[in-house]
Amino acid sequence: MKILVGYKRVVDYNVRIQVKPDGSGVVTDGVKLSANPFDDIALEEALRLREKGVAEEVIVVGIGPANLTAHLRNGLAMGANRAIHVTTEDAVQPLTAARVFLKLIEKEQPGLVILGKQAIDDDANQTGQMLAALWDRPQATFAGKVEIADGKATVTREVDAGLEVIEADLPAVITTDLRLNEPRFIKLPDIMKAKSKPIDVIEFGSLGVEAHDHLKTTHYAAPAKRSKGVMVKDAAELVAALKQKGLL
Amino acid sequence: MSKILVIAEHLGGKLNSSTARAVSAAAAIKGDAIDVLVLSDAPDAIAAEAAKIEGVSRVLTVAKPENAHPLAAVLAPQIAKAADGYSHVFAPSTTFGKDIAPRVAALLGVAQVSDVMSVEAAHTFNRPIYAGNAIITVEADANHTVVATIRTASWSAAASGANTAPVEALTIDVPLPTHTRFVELNQGSSDRPDLQSAAKVVSGGRGVGSKENFDIIYKFADKIGAAVGASRAAVDAGYCPNEMQVGQTGKIIAPELYMAIGISGAIQHLTGIKDAGTIVAINKDGEAPIFEVADFGLVGDLFKIIPELEAALG
Repeated sequence: MKILVGYKRVVDYNVRIQVKPDGSGVVTDGVKLSANPFDDIALEEALRLREKGVAEEVIVVGIGPANLTAHLRNGLAMGANRAIHVTTEDAVQPLTAARVFLKLIEKEQPGLVILGKQAIDDDANQTGQMLAALWDRPQATFAGKVEIADGKATVTREVDAGLEVIEADLPAVITTDLRLNEPRFIKLPDIMKAKSKPIDVIEFGSLGVEAHDHLKTTHYAAPAKRSKGVMVKDAAELVAALKQKGLL
Repeated sequence: MSKILVIAEHLGGKLNSSTARAVSAAAAIKGDAIDVLVLSDAPDAIAAEAAKIEGVSRVLTVAKPENAHPLAAVLAPQIAKAADGYSHVFAPSTTFGKDIAPRVAALLGVAQVSDVMSVEAAHTFNRPIYAGNAIITVEADANHTVVATIRTASWSAAASGANTAPVEALTIDVPLPTHTRFVELNQGSSDRPDLQSAAKVVSGGRGVGSKENFDIIYKFADKIGAAVGASRAAVDAGYCPNEMQVGQTGKIIAPELYMAIGISGAIQHLTGIKDAGTIVAINKDGEAPIFEVADFGLVGDLFKIIPELEAALG
């Protein structure tokens, strides 16, 4: 089977972003961009399933501007067979992204779609669930362990109460949690090889997906700062301070 | 004008406190009605609890054997159907709500607002992005149902006790899929307070050093009646189970007292504790970023300090 993997480019997780003083957005010019960490985990899982013989082909999918190509090449260097680049200059919200994926699913007929559980820029945690709903297929979100056999996926999900195991008939959508795997590093020869792998470029407008913004962001603000605290010299002083505040 | 449907979260026949937090957010809309929807195989006891929450107009129950476990693929079509006539559908921003709400939104063909921190108006909300490093104001289309998840750490639980909302059984006829099946739930058994609703939380990090050493954290937490949390580093190192993780990818909590012990304070961890009332940091590295957000900081060896704290508590 084929596996489609969502591969979003986001501001690197180590960057401490700044809100523009006029509240119109966050500063992204000249800021380091990387693969969304959860998407690297998604790609790693797909590659491992191919290495186990469960899948034959792994396809990374990116939605974004023309210069997203370099990002998709990283996915190819990590090991994906090919890439699909849906080109648009506009930021795409989860519902639109899910509709784009559905169009690609109709075309590619994958047995599995693996996405990250959330993108670390918009922190929405929606696209996988929305795609599963539109596709009318199972979803296994927050996956910590995935086993594929006999046309079904057995997925251990990281839920608040502990670890939940569910069984889902394929095709299905899986979204990855942090502990699913440790993504591999890209090796130099693979970067060279990735240059000859195909990237299928599709114009967003040609997909017939409605492109309006479903939610309008009207203002950006920096979070409220906590006031500077005090250093205490020993345990006794700490306990006294907390007792005084009625906390102990 | 506004009618809000709040999806109840429950486990083992008990209502989760996240539901009363979502009711608080619903109350901030100042609408005409707040109904709570309980989907379960045996909803009666859960519904009775929900009916006591202040501000709740009605509790609606959907009893089906298929609702015994919270599978999004099974619950979402029922919620989408029940949402007819409501201006808003709210679910708590827990793993339960995050799993289900986007599926409901997509079935309704509408966008979802994730992690609502505050309500500006019926269709205008504030929510965090970039791990809480920016807060955005978003406007949802007033012509559509608003589907939203409510950031539990930002809302206190609506009071419970005085209210007596009527409970009504709802018949929902929608085809339910059989393509997704529940197998089992492995709960970390614990008699300690629940991490997400506890007034006090003691968390340990990589500095604790080992799974065995974590006992010192549990013992201290028990002494002050606190829940126990952990940093991602401590979870990844196998010191404790993942459901204890506090941070952007774990639980986001807002206890009155948060004690970070042996935790350096990475951005992802701070995201999970920013709204705590008082933060205490104990770390041997005086330069650790956790001290930038701590109300009280103490530099030193945790294995020396914790026994001293216990002694000082008497």
